[in-house]
Order: sequence, then C-alpha cells, then structure tokens
Amino acid sequence: MTSTIRQMTTKGTPYFFLLPGLVILGALLSVPLYKVVEYSLYDNVIVERNPTYVGLANYQTLLTDPGYWSAGLNTLLFTVGSVLGHMVVGIGLALLVNADIAPRARTFFRSMLVLPWIFTAVVVALNWQLLLNPFGLINYILQWMGLTTEPLDWLGDPNLAMWSLLLISTWRGYPFIMVSFLSGLQTVPRELYEAAEIDGAGFWSKFWHVTLPQLKPVIYGVALLDLIWTFQLFPLVWLSTGGGPGRATEVLSTLTFRLAFVDFQFSQAATVAVSILIISAAFTLLYLRNEARRL
Amino acid sequence: MADVATQGRTINEDRQRRWRQAGIYIALTVVTFIMVFPILWMISVSLKPTTETFSLPPRLLPDSFHWGGYAKVLTDPKFRTFLINSYVVGLAVTALSLVIGTLAAFGFSRYRFFGDRVAKLFVITTQMVPTITLLIPYFGVIVFLGLYDTLWGLILTYLTFALPYSIVMMNGYLDTIPKDFDEAATIDGCTPLGVLVRVLLPVALPGIISTAVYTFLLAWNEFLFALALTRSMDMRTVPVGISMMVGEFGLKWDKMMAFSVIGSLPVLILFMLVQRFVVGGLSAGGVKG
Repeated sequence: MTSTIRQMTTKGTPYFFLLPGLVILGALLSVPLYKVVEYSLYDNVIVERNPTYVGLANYQTLLTDPGYWSAGLNTLLFTVGSVLGHMVVGIGLALLVNADIAPRARTFFRSMLVLPWIFTAVVVALNWQLLLNPFGLINYILQWMGLTTEPLDWLGDPNLAMWSLLLISTWRGYPFIMVSFLSGLQTVPRELYEAAEIDGAGFWSKFWHVTLPQLKPVIYGVALLDLIWTFQLFPLVWLSTGGGPGRATEVLSTLTFRLAFVDFQFSQAATVAVSILIISAAFTLLYLRNEARRL
Repeated sequence: MADVATQGRTINEDRQRRWRQAGIYIALTVVTFIMVFPILWMISVSLKPTTETFSLPPRLLPDSFHWGGYAKVLTDPKFRTFLINSYVVGLAVTALSLVIGTLAAFGFSRYRFFGDRVAKLFVITTQMVPTITLLIPYFGVIVFLGLYDTLWGLILTYLTFALPYSIVMMNGYLDTIPKDFDEAATIDGCTPLGVLVRVLLPVALPGIISTAVYTFLLAWNEFLFALALTRSMDMRTVPVGISMMVGEFGLKWDKMMAFSVIGSLPVLILFMLVQRFVVGGLSAGGVKG
C-alpha cells in the first residue's frame, strides 16, 4: 500500500530516471538524421560554406548511376548470403552444442564457438587475408586434396571475391544466431520432445515438427535483426576487400564511405546514406511489429 | 528397434547412447577446431619470422618461437598510444553508458507511465539506425562542436551506440528481480534511487558486469567512426592502428599478427571472465526461486 501511495505522489519519478538517456539518444540521433536528409537536398555540403539547394537532383543522379545499382545488387547478395550462412551454421552448431553431452563440455564448446564474434573487424579481415592468400593455407589444402590445380586469388579475383566475403561474413556472424537459438532451445518444453519420441519421431522429424515451429518467432526476430545489421555493415567489407577488386564487392555502405571520405562528394554520399536508411527503416518496422507484441 | 519410451533402459540402448555421444564429441571437436583455426593461425603466424609465414608444408607449431614481432610492437611508442586511447574511450563509454543506461532501465522496469511503450520502442529503434547513415552528419556535428580529432568526439559517439544496448540489457536483468525487494526497502524508508542503488544493483551485479563487458567490447572494436572522426596519430585507437599498419608495414605478417593478438587480448580476457558470470551469475545472485 505504502509503495502505491508513494508512486502516485511521485509521478514525475520515471521521467527523472529516463531523462538523461532519452535526451542523449534523442539529440544525437534526431539531429543527425534530420541533417543527413538535408545534406542530400543540397550540393557540395560540408566542403563549401554556402551550399546550393538542388531539391531531388542528387537522387536523380543516383538512380541513373549504374554504379549505384551494382552496389545495390552486391548489397542484396551480401546480405541474403550472409544471413543464410549465419542461420545455417548458427542453428546447426546450436543443435550440436545442445546435444546430449556433459554440461562442462557444452560450456567449453560454446565459449570456443562464440570467439569469432568478439574480434574487431580489422583482425578478422587480416586473418582471412592471410588464409585466403594465393600462397595461403586454404589454397594449400585445396591443392593437397586435389580439388584445384592452381592457387586461386580468392580476394583478388572479381568472380571469387564476393564468395570469399560471404565466407568471412559467415564465420564472423554465426555466433550471434547460435547463441540466440541456443537460449531459445532451452525454452522448448521437454514434454513436446517426449511426446514426439513416443510417436517414434527421429532427430530430423523432431527438429522439423517440434523445434522449428516452437522457435519460429525467435528465428524470425533474430533473422530480421541480423538482416538489418548486415545490410549496413561497413568495416568487414571495407577491410577485407575494400569493395574491390574493381567494384566487385562494392556495397552501399562502402559506396557511401568512398563518396564521402575519398571523393569528398558529401552530398552524393548523404543521398546514398538516406537510401540505406529508407530500406532499413522498412525492415525495422517489420521487426518492431514483432517486438511490440512482446512488450 | 526397441521402443525407448516404454521399455526403460537396456544395456544395448546404453551402449547406443554412448556411441552417439562419442560421435557428437568427435563432431564438435572437429567443427570447433575448424572455427577456431583462423585465431590459432593468427597466433602461430605472429610467432614465426616472416620468411616462414607461407612456408610449406604449413605448421601450426613453429620449431622455435620467434618473439621479434611482439618485441617490435611493444617497443613502438605509437602502439602504446593506440592502446591507451582505446582504454580511455572504452572505459569512459562503459562507465557513462552504464550509469545513464541503468537509470533509464530502472525507470522502464519499475514504473508504468504515460508514453512508456513508445519510449521503449524508441530505444529499440535506435539500435537499428544504420551507423553508416549517421556517419556524414556526425562528422558535421562533431566538427561543429569542435570535437573533431579528439577522444571526446569518439566517447560521445559511442555513447549513443552503446546506450540502447545498456538500457535493453539492464532492463532485462532488472525485470528478473521480484518487485517485493523494492517494496520491502520502500517500507524501510528507501527513496526510489536508494532502492536502485542499495537493493537492486547488488542483486543485478552479474547483469551489470555482462552489460559493461558488452559495452566495452562495442567501443573497443569500433572502426568506422574512429577512422572518420580522428586524423592525428595521437588520437587513433587500436582497430584503426592495426589497419594503418597494413599500409605501413605491408607484408610484415609477424608484426601485424602480433599487434592483432595484443590488440585482441583485452576483449578476449574480458569475454572469458564474463562467460563464467553469465552462467553462474543470475541463480547465484538469489534472483531465481
């Protein structure tokens, strides 16, 4: 009783607690978001003191630029390929780690398998540049196994670079899915598996008819989150291939960075950045609809 | 095939189970080795002279350890600057984000108020805003504030990225603590802030630690803004430092990998520590049951 009275008399209290956080987030997100849209409507922002208003001209230039469309296509390939890779490897490993083994062994394997996720992107990129080098270990193993006769330039060949990037991205990103799926697995009621076993269900049958349907909301949410993050990913791509060779792995985020900090075309860069924002906003709405149900 | 559910365990089934377990262990060991291999290889290359980086057949364990790469890195004052910068930024962001985030999480967890759902959705939404979209306006804002090429610029930027995670994570941990704790303390005369600091925080310690480690990891590993918002060698952080070494030292793989190993150690150690906390933490803290 006392606490309810106290809460009623101190109606302002929650706002007092939330204020610092919400003010910082609000100011440091809404101002820049407003600014980036504004930049995209002007010419020569940042480099010139008095930029000229050009309306939607930057967008027109962008939409007729084949470089933009090829970066868009690469982004689509990279995002879909990465998310698929994360899902397959992440879910597979979660099932393996969750199998009938000693709890200590499980903790050990789980910690080891999460490792790719904690390194900074530069280190990840360097590690794979070393492994995928024409004289590197992966080429050595492939030749030793007789799968290839000559060393391949995995990151330097325009036909292979995107595949190599997907390999790197899969390695880097699967732990997030694995951990989420693993904690989701703990919430599936045991009775469901027992009932399925009585019906004579094997491993796959249990996976398809119990695990997947039970974890559908988890998978959906996590996949959307992964998609939103991968779609705008910059460091891993920039540091692994730099968008190259040529523009073979140029994605929208690396295009934005190149336009801004290499070519100093800040208006064009802002325009690409806004297009990224619009697409991720669409996926964010889907994600929020899913989250709002849980709040 | 015997019917498992109705007939209890026979010796035959026990043997089957043991074979299956052995199979799982073998599969896990092989897969884990493959997944961890790039990290092992990094350490291996950091301990070989560059003449042996690509020598055939490749060997994970060199004949003799070559510490030259580490020696060159550790005696380089530039490297020390990168490390110090990363620590300053990482610790400052962690501290600020933890304090501000915990306060907000407490508000979300313990009060129902006008606009609470909208505010919560707003916080979640901020996690989704593409950082690359923010880059150009941030550049403008940070230059405008006179924070370009300072660590303060990075701290402010990372705080914005880290805060939503701190709020969401701490909110989750605080939600697991029963409200009876608060009520008892309130009856004893605690103010709301007192409830948070004296009652909830000690119980939520494992949550605080994992949130702190996650925030630190985020700040320590960030690359894009560290690259764009600083210019001088004195303000560079570890990730940017490593990436610049690639240009400067070209194919000195021993040195680059030694640098990478040293630069990854703080997060690696922190992560290993927090694993234990997450596992044993919540139940040991008296939250459950």
